[in-house]
Amino acid sequence: MNLWICNILESIFLIGLAPLGGMALKKMKARLQNRRGPGFFQSYRDIAKLFSKEPILPNQASWIFRLAPYVIFIVTALAVLIVPVVLIPLPLSAAADVITLVGLLSIARFFTALGAMDTGTAFGGMGSSREMTLSALAEPAMLMGVFVLSMAAQSTDLSTMVAVMLKGNLGLQPSLVFALAAMLIVATAETGRIPVDNPATHLELTMVHEAMILEYSGRYLALIEWANQIKLLLFATLIINLFFPWGIAIEVSGASLLVGVMAWILKLLTLFGLLALMETTMAKMRIFRVPEVLGLAFLLAILGMLTHYILEVSV
Amino acid sequence: MSSTFLLLLGPALAFTATLVSLLLASNRNIQNYSTNLLLVLSGVATVISGIMGLLAAPIAITLPIGLPGLPGLPELPIHLRLDALAGFFLVVVGLLVAFVAIYSVGYIKSLQVGRSLTPLCVFMSLFILGMQGVVLADDSYAFMICWELMSVASYFLVVYEHEKEANHKAGFLYLLMAHLGGLLILSSFSILFVNGHSFEFAAMRTAVLTPFSASMVFLLAGLGFGMKAGLMPLHVWLPEAHPVAPSNASALMSGIMIKVAIYGFLRVVFDLVGLETSAWWWGGLVLAIGSSSVVGGVLFALQQHDLKRLLAYHSVENIGIIAIGIGLSMVFMHFGHPSLAALGLVAALYHTLNHALFKGLLFMGAGAVLHATHSSNMGDMGGLIRRMPITAALFLIGCLSISALPPFNGFVSEWLTFQAALMAPSLEGTPLSALIPFSAAMLALAGALTATCFIKVFGIVFQGTPRKPAAAEAHEVDRWMLMGMGGPALLCILLGLLPVYVIPLIAMVPKILIQNGQLESLVQNGWLWLTPISSERASYSPPIVMMAFILAGIIAFLMYRRGKPVRRAALWSCGHPHLNARMQYTATSFSQPLRHIFSDIYHPEEKNTRSDHGHHLLVKRVRYSVHIRDLVWDYLYIPIWHLMEWVVNGVGWLHKQRLQGYLTYIFVTLLVLMGFLI
Repeated sequence: MNLWICNILESIFLIGLAPLGGMALKKMKARLQNRRGPGFFQSYRDIAKLFSKEPILPNQASWIFRLAPYVIFIVTALAVLIVPVVLIPLPLSAAADVITLVGLLSIARFFTALGAMDTGTAFGGMGSSREMTLSALAEPAMLMGVFVLSMAAQSTDLSTMVAVMLKGNLGLQPSLVFALAAMLIVATAETGRIPVDNPATHLELTMVHEAMILEYSGRYLALIEWANQIKLLLFATLIINLFFPWGIAIEVSGASLLVGVMAWILKLLTLFGLLALMETTMAKMRIFRVPEVLGLAFLLAILGMLTHYILEVSV
Repeated sequence: MSSTFLLLLGPALAFTATLVSLLLASNRNIQNYSTNLLLVLSGVATVISGIMGLLAAPIAITLPIGLPGLPGLPELPIHLRLDALAGFFLVVVGLLVAFVAIYSVGYIKSLQVGRSLTPLCVFMSLFILGMQGVVLADDSYAFMICWELMSVASYFLVVYEHEKEANHKAGFLYLLMAHLGGLLILSSFSILFVNGHSFEFAAMRTAVLTPFSASMVFLLAGLGFGMKAGLMPLHVWLPEAHPVAPSNASALMSGIMIKVAIYGFLRVVFDLVGLETSAWWWGGLVLAIGSSSVVGGVLFALQQHDLKRLLAYHSVENIGIIAIGIGLSMVFMHFGHPSLAALGLVAALYHTLNHALFKGLLFMGAGAVLHATHSSNMGDMGGLIRRMPITAALFLIGCLSISALPPFNGFVSEWLTFQAALMAPSLEGTPLSALIPFSAAMLALAGALTATCFIKVFGIVFQGTPRKPAAAEAHEVDRWMLMGMGGPALLCILLGLLPVYVIPLIAMVPKILIQNGQLESLVQNGWLWLTPISSERASYSPPIVMMAFILAGIIAFLMYRRGKPVRRAALWSCGHPHLNARMQYTATSFSQPLRHIFSDIYHPEEKNTRSDHGHHLLVKRVRYSVHIRDLVWDYLYIPIWHLMEWVVNGVGWLHKQRLQGYLTYIFVTLLVLMGFLI
């Protein structure tokens, strides 16, 4: 029972912290660019403001347009429930394994794209066409990347996978390096960061994700923005806990949970620091260069799988 | 007695429907209702007998109707047998037949008055009878007769709207491929006949085959059934024939006829030949073909702008997924992992059932849209969600299911296939172990591309604003059609939520096909959990996922009630005063990025013409058109065609001789024949 409560508390913790996480990244990026950046709690203020505003719907919007933000938020929140953050084993991660996690994220994307197509604007169509194209390449790369780990761990259950990685008896395997590289590329694409997409711009020709949510306002926009911040934190947590699970709590006790939280925050800040550095030093890619990079990720993941077969299983 | 009666009831009702539709041809309404309601009953009876086949011991009966006792020919009574494999496919056939027949009542009513309904009703019933017969047949003679009945009847459905030139071409291609396939299947049966000395399956099953003849049977049957199923290089007839048939017929063709070919393959290779005699490359070949179908099917589907043609290409993709499951099962069986082989087969069969439902649903939805807008070109549609809300919602369920999104049914079968593929390390360094991750990668790629494709379909057809007046004046279809679509939609959700109740039934099939193929672990942890290998390995609980959805939905609804009321306003148009429907993305522009990325596969023929007012900056009109041909035509069929032409031209001079030349032929022939006598 304790584990169930911890599971739910942990998810609420991550969902609640998501706006702060996004802001921490923004702040780091601003400092690297010699700016002060907004205050740490600006995201919360933005979300609160959007929730209190009167939402405006385009005349031709159908029920899908209104349903989509709820589906996106709910699905992303559910995905959080099955990803270990500071504690394993999670009872809920048995209900949905890592393939289901990919499936849940793809529901969110499906409905974002449907919401964008709903009003029939050119921007919406453009955004969803690009987003679906990129994700059509990113999603299999992610699935293959995770499969390398689940082959090594002989499980697709996220808690079990983290536990096996934590024991560390896999040693330094080349396949894991391939998988990590693939996952990092996929994560930048899926969360819409530079060099794939720029979350800070509304420059029409380069938009991907922002083009899709252009028509949303009020609480609908708040839900989508929040879900996006959760997704960023979720991907970061996934990479951290799958590849560098050190410090994660394996029992419900105050001390180990504290260590788990501290380790998670530390690793998260490191990862965000690297991401901020990358976003500062790199420019956004041309849209047709992105598929090449994502194709590379897909290839790396398949290579990872093959190396796992050839080098690691037979030995 | 009663079980025999039940077994024959489905086909008998379909046969009665044929007669009734011939007899009552004078009144369209009566003909329509009586035929289709009889077909609904036939479907229900087929489902019941199928479930009986899954649960009870096999039943075999012999019908004393066959060839009349011609001198020199053996008496050939028709043998029928109902076992678990036949039972499962009867359930698939029966379910969709029942729903499509309900749909047909409304669909046929809405057809234009001038055209006779008799061919549609008669051949529909015969087509269904043929499919039931193929599944039930227990000797190769009855099997081939029913198979041809199915092929020929469906040919007449394809050319039902016979005044269109394209339909003739599609129909001819279909007939040609169907008969080529039939010939190959017949050849594989003849090898089995030579070894088993009987047309009966029971004798063929016990016959001992040499490895070479077993491989020949596998290849011939694989080619023949693969042609009907529409596996990738053999699929060319499918995207031509399925779209031009009436929508209720294309729902049946895409939903179940290609599944009957899967049945035939399983019957011949798994049952008659038996996997014990399989060579190592069989499973690998099936996996490779399946992978090529999966990716090829979805890539070409993405570039279609005709709704039904797009769906037809998706059938190629889904048959590929089924083939990957079967291939995995064959590989695992050959290398001595019967329980994993059973898992692969269950995944394939579950996807067979799922695909029958959601593809039937999508084709029926396409028929409803076609009926409302009088066009199957997606460029003429748009905004139908406001005019046809129920059709749109049902179609969306189909889209979510085929895109393999949880908690719908397509996800469950893809999940099971992935789980089977992830067990590949237990093969321990066989030559095939590199192929399985590749297949899994192709499956993952196809899954994501399918989601892209159905965003395009739903977004272009149902969302946005109408692109043509017909779409703006579309109206919702009648209750019969909605009921026909509602049934599969409901089952898509139920099969996604409660796979644990369905899988034990499906698991009866590997029990008879795969020795020691036990699958207790899959559902051993109660109704909530699906655990393919063990609960540590992987688990999935659709009810918990669904409950979480509902709970979160309730919370969202409560929050929504407290939120501010919504205001409607005009769309922001960046200051442009007149937005119109032509500014929307179209099917062609939506798939443009993918066309660019995969241009090596598509070889798009793009045409860009522009006219201007005397200066290139003063543009009057820009026209862009793109045409994509199926790769297989250019690289496989056209070269074969050229080769044939070359051979024929070479042989052709033989016919252009004078009288003396022909006399020489006769003389040489006589000499050769006399040589045999001596």
